[in-house]
Amino acid sequence: MTSTCQGAFIVELRRVSYRVDGGRELIRDITFGVRAGEVLVLLGRSGSGKTTTLKLINRLLIPTSGEVLVEGQSTLAWDAIRLRRRIGYVIQETGLFPHFTVARNITLVPSLEGWPLERRRARVEELLSLVGLEPQLAERYPHELSGGQRQRVGVARALAADPPILLLDEPFGALDPITRADLQREFKALHARLKKTAVLVTHDLREALFLASRIALFDSGRLVGLYSPGEFLCTSDPAAVQYRAAFEPAWDSAGSIRSGGKELKV
Amino acid sequence: MSLWTFFVTHRLETTELALEHLRLVGVSMLLAVAIGVPSGILLTRHPWLEKPVLGTANVMQTIPSLALFGLLLPAPWIGARADRLAILALTLYGLLPIIRNTYAGIRGVNAAVVEAAVGMGMTDRQVLLQVQLPLATSVIIAGVRVAAVISVGVATIAAAIGAGGLGEYIFRGLSMVNNQLILAGAVPAALLALLADVALGLVERRLRPAG
Ligand SMILES: Nc1ncnc2c1ncn2[C@@H]1O[C@H](COP(=O)(O)OP(=O)(O)O)[C@@H](O)[C@H]1O
Ligand SMILES: [Mg+2]
Repeated sequence: MTSTCQGAFIVELRRVSYRVDGGRELIRDITFGVRAGEVLVLLGRSGSGKTTTLKLINRLLIPTSGEVLVEGQSTLAWDAIRLRRRIGYVIQETGLFPHFTVARNITLVPSLEGWPLERRRARVEELLSLVGLEPQLAERYPHELSGGQRQRVGVARALAADPPILLLDEPFGALDPITRADLQREFKALHARLKKTAVLVTHDLREALFLASRIALFDSGRLVGLYSPGEFLCTSDPAAVQYRAAFEPAWDSAGSIRSGGKELKV
Repeated sequence: MSLWTFFVTHRLETTELALEHLRLVGVSMLLAVAIGVPSGILLTRHPWLEKPVLGTANVMQTIPSLALFGLLLPAPWIGARADRLAILALTLYGLLPIIRNTYAGIRGVNAAVVEAAVGMGMTDRQVLLQVQLPLATSVIIAGVRVAAVISVGVATIAAAIGAGGLGEYIFRGLSMVNNQLILAGAVPAALLALLADVALGLVERRLRPAG
C-alpha cells in the first residue's frame, strides 16, 4: 500500500473502523491518503461501506477506532462546523433544500459565512455557468428541475464557498446513461480547472476508471487495495478480478473504455 | 319562535357568547402552541423523552373534560376564576396533537436534506430554524387544526363551571328542557369549529412544501 508520509495527504484515514452503537462493524481497519488535487474514487458494490467512509471525513460520523486526519489534523480536533464548511459535500440523493430556490441552495454556505448579498449574487451566476446551467434557473425550486439539473445544482452548491476538499457520494447516480456521461465529462473538465482534492464514491467501474486518479476498492467494509486505473485493469487481486468480471459484458459491446483521458484497450 | 328569530332577538347576547368562546379557544391555542411546539422540538433532540412526554399528554386527553375542570378547581390562582380554569384545561387538551405533530413533522423531514444541512456546516440551531421547522410547518399546523377543533367543542363544557361561551345556551337549554336553546348554543359552536377547520386547513395547504 502507499507509504504514509505525514503532511503529504490532505485527507488521511489511519486504521479506521466504524461500528454502529453496540452493533455491526460497517468498515474495518481502513487506511488510505488523498493527495492535493487528486480524485480518489471509492469503488465497491452497495453496502460495502463507501458512504460510511465518506461521512467519517466530514465528521458526520466519528471513528470507533483509528484516526481521520484532514489537512494533518484529526477530525476530532477540528471544530466540526469549520471543518464541514471547508469540505464541499454532494450527497447521494442530492439533498437539495426543497423550500429554497436554486440560488439560495447554491449560496447556503456563503450565507452562513456571511458573504454580502452582491457577492453571493455574482457567485450564483458564476457557478450556474460553471456547471452548465442557464442563469434563469436561479429562481426555480428544486422540484421544477430535471434530475440532471438537480445534480448540477448539487455540485454547484458544494463548490459555492470554494472549499479545498470535495466529497461526492454517487453524484451522478439515478441519471440516464447519456446525461450521466455528460456530467462525468463535465466534472472531469471542471476538476482539471479547479484542482480540488476530491473523494468520489461510485459503484460504477466505468465511472471510476474515467474519473479516478486512484481507485480504492471496497468489499464488505474492507479496503481491498488502491490502484491507478491502469493497475486496476491488470491486477490479479481476486476482488478486483471479480469486480471487472461483473462489467465484462459491457466491455464486449463497447470494445474499449476511456480512462484518464486515454483510450484503454481491454 | 324559530332559531333564526332567536338569533335576531338575542343577537347581542349571542355575539358576546361567541366572542367569549373564541377568546377561550384562541388564548388556549396560543398557549398550547407556545408550550407544545418547543416540547415537540425538545423530543426530537432527546428521543428518550418521547415516551414520558407523549404518554403524559396522552393521559391528559383521556381525562373527561368535566372531570379535568373539577380536578383543576383547587389549583391556586387558576382556580380563582372560571375562565382561567377553562383556558388551562383547553390548553392541556390541545397539547397532545401539537406536540405529536411537531415531533412527527420534524422527524419526517427528508433525511437526505437534513444530512446535507449538517454536512455543509449548519449548526444545530440553523438546521432547526432554516430547514426542519420550515419543512415541518404544514404538519405542525395540521396538529394545531386538530387541537383547535377539539377545543371549540370542549369549550362548550366550560360553561358548566361558569366560564361562559356558547355552552351557556346549551346548559341553560338542558336545565329548562328547551331544545331550541340547546341548538342556539350547539349550532354556532359547530360553525366555529368548521370555520377553524377550514381556515387552518388553508394555512396548512399554503405552507406545505412543494415537490
Ligand atoms: N446507521 C446504520 N446502522 C446500521 N447499519 C448501517 C447504518 N448505516 C449503514 N448501515 C449498513 O452499513 C453497510 C455499509 O453502508 P454504506 O456505507 O452506506 O455502503 P455503501 O455506501 O457502500 O453502499 C450497509 O450494509 C448498510 O446497510
Ligand atoms: Mg452509499
